[in-house]
Amino acid sequence: MAKRLFVKGNEAVAMAAIEAGCRYYFGYPITPQSDIPEYLSRELPKLGGEFIQAESEIASINMLLGASATGVRAMTSSSSPGISLKQEGISYMAGSELPGVIVNISRSGPGLGGIDASQADYFQSVKGGGHGGYHIVVLAPASVQEMYDLTMLAFDLADIYRMPAMVLGDSVVGQMKEALVANRRPETKLPPKDWAVRGKGDGEQRVVKSLFLGDGELEAHNWRLHAKYQELKERETRWEEFETADAQLLVTAFGSTARIVKTAVLMARDAGLKVGLLRPVTLFPFPEKALLQATQQCKKVLDIELNTGQMVEDVRLSVARDAEVYFYGRPPGAGSLPTPEELFEQIRKYY
Amino acid sequence: MQQVFKKPVSLKDVQTHFCPGCHHGTIHRLVAEAMDEFGVQKRTIGVASVGCSVFLYGYFDVDVVEAPHGRAAAVATGVKRAKPESFVFTYQGDGDLAAIGTAEIIHAANRGEDITVIFVNNTTYGMTGGQMAPTTLVGQKTSTSPYGRNQSKDGAPIRMAELLSQLEGVAFSARVAVNSPKNLMDAKKQIKKAFQYQVEGKGFSFIEALSSCPTNWGLNPLMANSRVGTEMCDYFRLGVFKNTENL
Ligand SMILES: Cc1ncc(C[n+]2csc(CCOP(=O)(O)OP(=O)(O)O)c2C)c(N)n1
Ligand code: SF4
Repeated sequence: MAKRLFVKGNEAVAMAAIEAGCRYYFGYPITPQSDIPEYLSRELPKLGGEFIQAESEIASINMLLGASATGVRAMTSSSSPGISLKQEGISYMAGSELPGVIVNISRSGPGLGGIDASQADYFQSVKGGGHGGYHIVVLAPASVQEMYDLTMLAFDLADIYRMPAMVLGDSVVGQMKEALVANRRPETKLPPKDWAVRGKGDGEQRVVKSLFLGDGELEAHNWRLHAKYQELKERETRWEEFETADAQLLVTAFGSTARIVKTAVLMARDAGLKVGLLRPVTLFPFPEKALLQATQQCKKVLDIELNTGQMVEDVRLSVARDAEVYFYGRPPGAGSLPTPEELFEQIRKYY
Repeated sequence: MQQVFKKPVSLKDVQTHFCPGCHHGTIHRLVAEAMDEFGVQKRTIGVASVGCSVFLYGYFDVDVVEAPHGRAAAVATGVKRAKPESFVFTYQGDGDLAAIGTAEIIHAANRGEDITVIFVNNTTYGMTGGQMAPTTLVGQKTSTSPYGRNQSKDGAPIRMAELLSQLEGVAFSARVAVNSPKNLMDAKKQIKKAFQYQVEGKGFSFIEALSSCPTNWGLNPLMANSRVGTEMCDYFRLGVFKNTENL
């Protein structure tokens, strides 16, 4: 069995990237994710890889685009304002059907905001923060172990579906230390990268592009991308359920917030309230069916987020009109993480 | 009979979409000839930019990645770092490289990325309809400088070949033109030199090629061609600004 380590969430991301075979990293410093480039600047050269501290987030996402186009596993990471700058490149990668992993250890905004944990990048991540109408895989870890496991998964999903994948954490999961079992890379069957540029040799020319000007070409391209997103919804949705079997009130929350919610759910159970938690692990594809299923009996949902309400829109869409959906949120600001007691109060209020 | 002139193998046998009298096609040919001479076609990865040159992959028979507007030098960095054995070139207009992509080109050059950059300077944004570029000459009328470029408001035209030659990472920087047989022969020579730097792994090489845009200049092909030799060469001096071999 792999040894148990005691590491920071950000380090777990970097370790997982290496275990997943990523040897190319391009980034630009920003709090609270700088441990990732710091770790990789130390480790990648030892493995024959490349670390580049780019001049900007724009440059780093485009370096990722170039490296991914050659078929290697590559990654960039940043935090909210930097992810805004990367959106141009993310749209181009989505349009060019390029894999590549983007880590967002998000912080509060808008603008320069602050460096504390926030979940206000939900819209930007899952609704296509760049132009043109696209999706990327979005995974939301709630622990150091998941920072590791989901980073490895991000590389596989990116390669299988030929699209960018994002690990969306925040400064809580990025900065905290926990026990980690550094699992080996799982055996996953991956499609050949027969589209990657490599110098044509004696073969056919390969072109990686997102420009489609021929009659009907771009429409067909968009429908093909759409079909891929539908396939992801069918096959790759992941979520966690906690105390949901007999729940009368279902709480939804993702990432670090879900951990505080868990404590509040246990407090509610102690008080005799039948409350459960459904935590989406994939934010795109969103676990729509699981939510619909869970609300067959339970007609009340309370969505809790570290923002003024974003995922709640997807929760509402998923449960159709069958369940009443309430929201409790705390927009970020230093020291404004909700306490379990505070969330228990909310649960009692809507129960 | 002996064949003395033929199409470079690195170019496809297709008609171009460039306007009559545009120099893009000629510059393409010189780049392809250099590719043939160094025998790098099979290991070349081109990086296409945004602008009239975006259809690079339609003309060059090499693998190509398309970059967002201005970001070609960053994309090329990623390609070359991931595949150091490949021959990597970018092909960018002046709007692309000297405006939106200034940060990317300066830093790729400063890192001494082992790539070759072909910079096509036609003093305007060609594809979008002839707006003012960072290279537009003072007094030149464009669709967004209808009274002529005004240096006190718009700044002076940027001389990229000289500017980049100041950077430590740059191994070779030259400006060429293809408006006359003499200039064309010299351009061919300098492009080959730029290629040689990369083939020998000596660092960043840069070719600025003065180019015509008859369509947006509102000149016929002949007049446009002669403007390159007069007004443009007057401000953008031809020559080699850095050649680390001579240092
Ligand atoms: C982010 C972004 N901004 C603007 C454009 C529009 N655009 C397309 S081509 C171009 C100008 C290209 O001019 P230049 O690089 O000089 O090349 P040329 O067409 O003259 O060869 C612009 C501004 C774009 N595609 N993307
Ligand atoms: S618009 Fe100008 S740069 Fe573009 S193809 Fe025509 S002449 Fe050439």
